Order: sequence, then C-alpha cells, then structure tokens
Amino acid sequence: MMKHRNTIAFWAGVAIFLAAVLSMTQIVRNEYPFFAGYVILQFIALAVAWSILGGYAGYVNFGTNAFFGVGVYTAVALFKATGAPLVVQIGAAALVGMALGFGVGLLTLRMRGIFFSIATIALAIIIETFVMNWRFVGGAAGIQLQRPPVMAPFDSYVKMLFFVQALLVVIAVSIARYIQNSRIGRGLQALRDDELAAECTGVPTLKLKLVACMISGALISAAGAPAAMYLQYADPSSAFNLSYSVSALAMALIGGTAHWIGPVLGAILLGSTQQLLAVTISSEVNVLVLGIMLVLFVVAAPKGIIGLLRPRYRLRAGGKP
Amino acid sequence: MDLLLGAVVLGVLLGCFYAAVSVGLSVSFGLLDVPHVAHPAFLVLASYGVYQLNESYDIDPLLAGLAITPLFFLFGLLAYRVYYETFERRGSDAGVRGIAFFFGIAFIIEVLIIMQFGVDQRSVSATYIGKSWRFGEFRIPIRQLVAFAVALGLTVLLAVYLSKTFMGRAIRAVAQDEEALRLMGANPVRIKQFAFGIATAVLGIAGALLIIVAPVEPTLDRAYIGRTFCVVVMAGLGSISGTLIAAIILGVAESIVLTMFGASWAPAISFAMLLGVLAVRPQGLLGR
Repeated sequence: MMKHRNTIAFWAGVAIFLAAVLSMTQIVRNEYPFFAGYVILQFIALAVAWSILGGYAGYVNFGTNAFFGVGVYTAVALFKATGAPLVVQIGAAALVGMALGFGVGLLTLRMRGIFFSIATIALAIIIETFVMNWRFVGGAAGIQLQRPPVMAPFDSYVKMLFFVQALLVVIAVSIARYIQNSRIGRGLQALRDDELAAECTGVPTLKLKLVACMISGALISAAGAPAAMYLQYADPSSAFNLSYSVSALAMALIGGTAHWIGPVLGAILLGSTQQLLAVTISSEVNVLVLGIMLVLFVVAAPKGIIGLLRPRYRLRAGGKP
Repeated sequence: MDLLLGAVVLGVLLGCFYAAVSVGLSVSFGLLDVPHVAHPAFLVLASYGVYQLNESYDIDPLLAGLAITPLFFLFGLLAYRVYYETFERRGSDAGVRGIAFFFGIAFIIEVLIIMQFGVDQRSVSATYIGKSWRFGEFRIPIRQLVAFAVALGLTVLLAVYLSKTFMGRAIRAVAQDEEALRLMGANPVRIKQFAFGIATAVLGIAGALLIIVAPVEPTLDRAYIGRTFCVVVMAGLGSISGTLIAAIILGVAESIVLTMFGASWAPAISFAMLLGVLAVRPQGLLGR
C-alpha cells in the first residue's frame, strides 16, 4: 500500500516536472536560462545513470566520458551520414552505449574495484584516440554542425533540446528508481556489500553487473547525444573530457548513492553552483570547487547529502565493521 | 631497419624514465594497496616545483628535484595519514571513496597549477638540454641520456633499499602480513606511512626528469595515469625489478608505434597495453 502511494506520488511529480519544463519553454523569452538549464539537466542524467553501476553496485566507473563521447559521436556520425532527426540520434546513441557497456562489462567487470576503475579510464583514452584518427567526423580538429529547422511547439532549438534533456532525465530517474526497488537493485546492493557472500547465496553477480553496466552506459550515451547539437560543434577532446567522469561521480557521491534522489540532489547543487561560478568567476574555479567538494564529501559525509538528511542511511551503514 | 633500431634504443631510454615515474606507485599501490590515482598529479606538481626553482634561482633541474624531495616526503606522510584516518581505519567502502578521494586531489592539483602557472607548456634550462649525440644514422638527445641514467640509478637504489635495509624489509613485510608484524610489536601504520612518504619523495627526482625529458603542462598527469598504472600492473604489484622490465617494454612499444604509425596513436599505447594485461593476466608479468 505504502509502495503504491509512493509510485503515484512519483509519477505525479514527473508529470508536474515535465509540464513545468514545457510551459517554461513556451513562456520564457530569454534563451539564457535554457542554455544553463540544459547543462544542469545533462548533469542530472549523467549522475543518475552513473549511480546505477557506481552507486548501487559500488563499481567506480571513470569512463563516463567514454560513454558520453560515444554518444556525441554516434549522433554526429549518424547526422552527417543520413541527416537523421534528433530522436533517432539519441536512440542510436543509447544502443551503441548499451553495446559498449556490454563489451566493457565483459572485459572488466570480473576485476577487483580499483582495477575496474583504471580499466575504464584506459578505455576512454583508447576510444578518444580512435575518434581523433577518424576523418569522417573531423578527426582531432572537430566538426561544425548546422542545426536542422526546429519543430513545433518550440520556437528555438535550444528550448527544444532543454525539453529533450528533461525527458532523458525522467527516463534515467525512472529506470534508476525501478532498478533500486527491484530484484536487480537488491542483488547489486548485496554484491556491493560483500561480493563473495552474494555470489555464495546464489546472486548471479556477473550477470547483474553486466545488466547495470549496459543500462548505465546506454543512459550516459543517450544523455551525450544532443550535446553536439547544443554546441553546434564536436571535437574529441571536449566530447571525451575527463571532467564528465569526475562530475558524474562527484555529483553522485556528494548527493549520496543509497537512493536515486541522491545523484539528482548532488547534480542540482553542483550543477547550479558551477553555472553561477562559470558566469561570475572562471571555469578553473569551477573545477576547483568540484574537486574540493568531492574530497570534502567523501571524507566528511560518506553517505552524501541524503546521509546527512536521513540518519537511517548512516545507521544502516554503521552496522558493518 | 636502422629506423627500427633507433626506435628500440630510444624506447629503452624512455622505458627507464617510465620506471622512475612509476616506482613510487609500485610502492604505494603495489605494496600498500592505496588506490593512488593522484600519483601522476603529484609528479606534475613536482615538475612545476622544479620549474619554479630553475626559473627563479637558475638551479640545475636535478638539484632542484633533490631540493624538493624532503618536502614531498612530508607531503606523502601527511597524505597517507589523512587517507588512513578517513578510509582504512573506518573500513567499509574504502575502495570506492578512496579512489574518488585521490581523483579529487588530482583535479585540485591540476587547477591550482593552472591558476598559478597558466595552461602554457613550461620547460627548464640546463647545459645538457638541447644538444644531442650522433650515432651514424640516428641522434640521441643528451637530455634523454641524462634522464635515463638518473632514472636507472633511482630505480636500482629504491630496489636495493627495499630488499637490503631493515626499514625496506619492514615495508615489504607489512605488505605481506600486517597482522604478523603487529604481533611482533611493530606499528604497521607507522611503517606504511613512512613507505608512502618514500613513494612520494621519489617524485621529487622523477618530476625533475619529467620536465627535463619534455616540456610539461598542467593536465599532463592524465597521460601518465595510463603509463604509471600500466607499468605497475604489468610488473606485478609491488615488484620493483618487474617495474623496470615492464617500463622498458612500454617505452619500446610506444617508441616503435610512434615511428611506424605517427604521434596521433601514441597516447593509446599505454592504455591499450594496460587493458590487455588486465584482461589477460591481471597478476602481471611477474605476478606476486
């Protein structure tokens, strides 16, 4: 009964959120809020997607930038080759991201924590190098893109992208929420606490990790797909920028990974702080704030913001030696 | 054929240099099990320290590296203390948050360097930089030879220290069986802290070599994450002699790819080798 009521509340919240986003695109004239809002929404999607593997299962993926960049370049390649619309680009990016997640998972998920993390960094650099040597999408120099005409009911492309990214956030959050409450989520949490014990009690650990890696990868790539259209430009070193990895992980850890709301809170907090700082000070300070907050939170508030807000998460974690 | 031979020779020189930048990680990650992804960031930081001393007081980069070594030793002691108190002692979840912690530190160091020195490349001046020796067809820059000699000396010195001295043996013992050491009345945490200090101190010299071999920039540490971890993992965790061999393999591989396929593929070599080793033989070539 309780769970049922929660579900109704959740979907009501989603409906209100989407309605608010849609009416904002119709009412607000100034384009700047959409430029800034797009980035924050993108971070929410990345942080939530990252936490499906990183938070629930405790496998720290440093390759967020690999999946993000693959999403960007799937969209770019498809758009350049066939002029495919945005929806198709995003769908294709999700599929490629899922396939990549499967490959990466198969190759690396048997490794102990830190080795998995290092392997994912390695993967990002290798893929970036391939894209740099890929002439069709502009190589290292990057590629300029012309936006297609915008679709009704939006009067500018950025507003449309803002709405599309909001939809991606909703998809990511509802999948994360579903996983958290399902058998997959409980299995992932069990293997996070003690992988050997989970394996012994019959949890199919490798299969679960693979599924998590595929879903997480698909969502990250999908979130990256509209980025080329947002910037009207794509180049390997920004598409595969390591700061996507650090941001996603920092936002998830700062918010807390025990519940899907954690990454959302972390991304809103850090994303809006960064937008303010980037405007008022500089992008270096931006990264500095990110780094300092990450270090402070992992040291002082291991369960993130939700751990501070809801002490029962701390209690549950305190039971372990 | 001469081209290939030249590539191999340069690769061996480069490899010994890679050994010097990796031995510290071989101690901190290989022996002590600390997920120290900020190791290359500390390395680049050391290079900038050397650059500053060279620029302001015209000190030889190697001497400058030696001068900042004690500072880095203290830095290492402090870093391990923080890591131990916040992660190892509390136990749960040390892996995930430990990596995130060091990654955050690496990012902070990068930004601080950018804010202080800007994003431009920096290099040092010394009598041996810029000249080269000719051997028939190919030339070897003297800066590479200097880096090679110092790096080899540094690696051998650390290997001897760890295998021959009392403290060195204690460090290896704490890596093997911490509990046994505790029962014998030693304090494993103090030993580990000291070892981490040594691992960081080595970066003073290694940082000097880094800026002697080529100009540095603030985000150079990202390329060295792959190289250092590749060497340490390929070596077999904690093996110092393995570190030298693995580093030479990496150096030769990079040098050959650079000659045959061009510079645009070079960044991926170390990472591809790392991935390969992790997938096929995670215990390393000379696994422990």
